Amino acid sequence: MTFRRYLVLAFVSVSAPLGDTFLDVGMKRIGPVSLAHITTLFHAVSTPWVGSGIVLLIGFFASYLTALSWADLTFVLPATSFGNVIVALLARFWRHEQISLSRWIGIFLITAAVGFVTRGPSLTEHEKPVAAPDAAEVCQ
Amino acid sequence: MMGTLHHSGWANAGMIASIVVAATVGDVLIASAMRQIGDLDDIKAEAGLLGAIKAVVTNTRFFCGVAAMAVSFFSLLFALSHADLSLVAPASASLTVVTNTLAGKLFLKENVDKRRWLAALCVCVGVVLLAR
Repeated sequence: MTFRRYLVLAFVSVSAPLGDTFLDVGMKRIGPVSLAHITTLFHAVSTPWVGSGIVLLIGFFASYLTALSWADLTFVLPATSFGNVIVALLARFWRHEQISLSRWIGIFLITAAVGFVTRGPSLTEHEKPVAAPDAAEVCQ
Repeated sequence: MMGTLHHSGWANAGMIASIVVAATVGDVLIASAMRQIGDLDDIKAEAGLLGAIKAVVTNTRFFCGVAAMAVSFFSLLFALSHADLSLVAPASASLTVVTNTLAGKLFLKENVDKRRWLAALCVCVGVVLLAR
């Protein structure tokens, strides 16, 4: 793992929760969407908050794809879970939502889980299939 | 200050489950596609940024994964209009880690060792605490 690759993982962690928070602001302004008016979700995409959230999530997706090209899915995904801490901080201090002690403990456990995984190897080396012995060689 | 939205546990669980299932299908398909394509840094060094983009967007498996992720995204929008961000975002993201760990082991044949299973267990407990 190079420094540049850690930066890619850091961007994956930060961009997703920021994008989610932007989406939350936009969707709360629109209000509850019923199944009878499901097309409101398509209108929501054109609003500034939801639009900005989508741009951030596109950045997340690009960096996520890059990470998946040189690391296992089970390595990259837990690393993104650190974003839960950022979501909690944004929800608490920006959206003024109440975060209970049990939720904080849950967030701590998830972050600890990320620590376990990132201490291991990033990529599973698959053995190349052994070529079947040639029939002539077997006969010899 | 925004008002807190209240819905039944089953309604929240259903919304979160739909996000998780679609996201897992999408993640597995996209990870599989990226494994087919190879290291994007290497492709970019050889064929430039456009070459790397072309390698990704011309992969059929990638588009199937993106379609599943789109379903997950609109499920997320729907859920966010009914429930708190601090519940929906961490719960769906964390459960996706667990389902992806299983899917990585079963479908992608990744080396999911004790360390990764322990991490998945911690995430499970964390999600239960988050949902309280």
